[in-house]
Amino acid sequence: MAEFPVSVTVNGQARRGTVEARKTLADWLRDDCNLTGTHLGCEHGVCGACTVIMDGVAVRSCLVFAVQADGSEVTTIEGLAAEDGTLHPVQDAFQKCHGLQCGFCTPGFIVSVASFLEEHPNPDDTEIREGLSGNICRCTGYQGILQAVKMAAETMQSA
Amino acid sequence: MLLACPPVKPAPFEYHAPERLDEAAQLLAEHADEAKILAGGQSLIPMLALRLTSFPHLVDLGRVADLRGVEQANGSVRIKAMTTQAAIEKDASVGAAVPLLAKAIPLIGHFQIRNRGTVGGSIAHADPASELPAVALALDASIEVTGKGGTRTVAAADFFEGTWTTAMAEDEILSAVSFPTWSGTTGFGVEELARRHGDFAIAGVVAGVELDGSSVKRAAIALFGMDSTPVRASSAEAAVTGTSGAAADLEAAGQAAVAELDPPTDIHGSSAYRKKVGAVLVARALTQALEEARRG
Ligand SMILES: Cc1cc2nc3c(=O)[nH]c(=O)nc-3n(C[C@H](O)[C@H](O)[C@H](O)COP(=O)(O)OP(=O)(O)OC[C@H]3O[C@@H](n4cnc5c(N)ncnc54)[C@H](O)[C@@H]3O)c2cc1C
Ligand code: FES
Ligand code: FES
Repeated sequence: MAEFPVSVTVNGQARRGTVEARKTLADWLRDDCNLTGTHLGCEHGVCGACTVIMDGVAVRSCLVFAVQADGSEVTTIEGLAAEDGTLHPVQDAFQKCHGLQCGFCTPGFIVSVASFLEEHPNPDDTEIREGLSGNICRCTGYQGILQAVKMAAETMQSA
Repeated sequence: MLLACPPVKPAPFEYHAPERLDEAAQLLAEHADEAKILAGGQSLIPMLALRLTSFPHLVDLGRVADLRGVEQANGSVRIKAMTTQAAIEKDASVGAAVPLLAKAIPLIGHFQIRNRGTVGGSIAHADPASELPAVALALDASIEVTGKGGTRTVAAADFFEGTWTTAMAEDEILSAVSFPTWSGTTGFGVEELARRHGDFAIAGVVAGVELDGSSVKRAAIALFGMDSTPVRASSAEAAVTGTSGAAADLEAAGQAAVAELDPPTDIHGSSAYRKKVGAVLVARALTQALEEARRG
């Protein structure tokens, strides 16, 4: 099968490569860019573990082929914290509110919530629950995650 | 350790990324039944990943700039096929012109899905439990279909033929959908029952009403998840038209809507359950629509 050139700005850094068309953005990030923070749960769109930000909006990277992302800008979980290691407010809130246990779903939740709060800076409970509905967690029971979203919203608003 | 040859899930395919609509139509004509259109990929990629289907050629419409955007003219809103569901959700002027779109789109999957999923893809995919095909049917939308020989227009009423099956030929592209704008004293409602927010509906209803004083002058109702296509509830529309929309009228409309239906049975609900729910949802969607219309 033919290979296609792709060039994507990932977390501010230009990345180039060639891929088979059937390789997903998630697999390309993990295998070719060695950015294994993006997790793969279901690999068919239902769990949200693979969420990344592509050209400013949250998408499931298992439902985008790497060739489709050619020319785009992608932010993964590795790109959220500041260069000096200061956590993104959503990461910080997940830690403080026990928004994670095993951590498998966490990158997808944090990337999704970071993007959700950009669009809904002051969400009510119903909006938060809707915003979280695309991500599945098998451990926490979601209450810590809900608290974390509220805390992050406050921090981001007062920042 | 990383695997030397990392796994990929879908079967291999040739990838084409045309930049013009006529090029895309040409590619589809060339590869006939070996080719499939890739739009937002939110239904097709899962099916490829699960190997429920495979195609030797995928024609990605994502780089066809002329397939994105919205035009409002002559009492209708024309949405080009590759416009994302999220773009329409965020467009207040489309929401004002065609309120059913603003009410139905947030019920599609999750925001991450709507950021990629397209309006054209949702209608072309024709899942019987999908919201947008029902909106198109209720509002008598016209669907533009482009092939190598040019573009033809298909009425929504003639478009949906069965589960995932439409009036489009294999080498045709859904290029745009025009939704009529209603004028006068109108209101709209969408109701669906799903196990969790974002799941495909077990049963759902979209409804619109126009009032003349206190009586219903026109009604448009479509159900989804109740058959192999969305269903227009003409008898329910007739039942409620001319009434004042009292509770008993709406209940009668709900009964009329499901009387002739034989919905599917699956693990989420039996046929009889769907019928019961469908009737209740028709009454609720009409209540929502009437309240909105009466508020003016
Ligand atoms: C977790 C999850 C939940 C979802 N929940 C819902 C839901 O509640 N309601 C709902 O309606 N949808 C839901 N979806 C599906 C989603 O809305 C899809 O985006 C939509 O059904 C297909 O649009 P697409 O642009 O992604 O098309 P694709 O997946 O790219 O294509 C789907 C099919 O349509 C064909 N096609 C696409 N565009 C065209 C065109 N312009 N011309 C001709 N053929 C075309 C393709 O060849 C393919 O066969 C969900 C998806 C996921 C993953
Ligand atoms: S791995 Fe992408 S949604 Fe589950
Ligand atoms: S923390 Fe284990 S799946 Fe969410």
